[in-house]
Amino acid sequence: MSLTKAERTIITSMWGKVSTQADSIGTEALERLFTSYPQTKTYFPHFDLHPGSAQLRAHGSKVVAAVGDAVKSIDNIAGALSKLSELHAYILRVDPVNFKLLSHCLLVTVAARFPADFTAEAHAAWDKFLSVVSSVLTEKYR
Amino acid sequence: MALSAAEREAVCALWRKMGDNVGIYTTEALERTFLAFPSTKTYFPHLDLSPGSAQVKAHGRKVADALTHAVGHLDDLPGALSELSNLHARKLRVDPVNFQLLCHCLLVTLARHYPGDFSPAMQASLDKFLHHVTSALVSQYR
Repeated sequence: MSLTKAERTIITSMWGKVSTQADSIGTEALERLFTSYPQTKTYFPHFDLHPGSAQLRAHGSKVVAAVGDAVKSIDNIAGALSKLSELHAYILRVDPVNFKLLSHCLLVTVAARFPADFTAEAHAAWDKFLSVVSSVLTEKYR
Repeated sequence: MALSAAEREAVCALWRKMGDNVGIYTTEALERTFLAFPSTKTYFPHLDLSPGSAQVKAHGRKVADALTHAVGHLDDLPGALSELSNLHARKLRVDPVNFQLLCHCLLVTLARHYPGDFSPAMQASLDKFLHHVTSALVSQYR
């Protein structure tokens, strides 16, 4: 599963706009994740997960920064995220199903903030892109 | 895991706000589903699925009516949806995974159109409601 040229163009051109709200998008996506899918909180026993918590904000930034790295290296996402891939495989070991849940929440967040840009085509491209990112992050599990 | 009073009120409030427009959003959700997840199109070989198709609009209205009916009977979803449940089990046999895809697209669509109302708590309430609807629809599969 690789991104077509059209899909890459959609992602990279939208990223300019999306990245201006990167930190708050990351934080909001995590809030949505923890609210809709409370079982995902089990991966963060060491965090204060209340809305507005400093740790939530810091982690949200990290997540979206990594998405940004993937966008900037959209022709070689596996290369760009290889360290993160190892981190998830050897240390974090997040069950793959949770990437789908977080991707869903990221898309809902982006859709709410950029309704005009988030056309059906953009939605499909972003869903595929996040699916590629998720695959890369879980590819070293076994 | 039944809907709490607050969750019911959240779902009902959004439905009141949407009024007669539910069909517009379910149609958009269907269009997004067909575009992002082309395998879902295999259930509709008899329909014209091109963007703007009148048949997709008509189907969107059907879905909207069913969901609105469900919202009006939150106390007894299995009862309210029993005919539809039979239809899906005996005739349509839509693989359950596809309900999740449609629900995802519906939440994205609603987030686009009602960003101010689409808090994490609202998203979680809707997600839970749609999960119950889905359960009811696949309850007689086996």
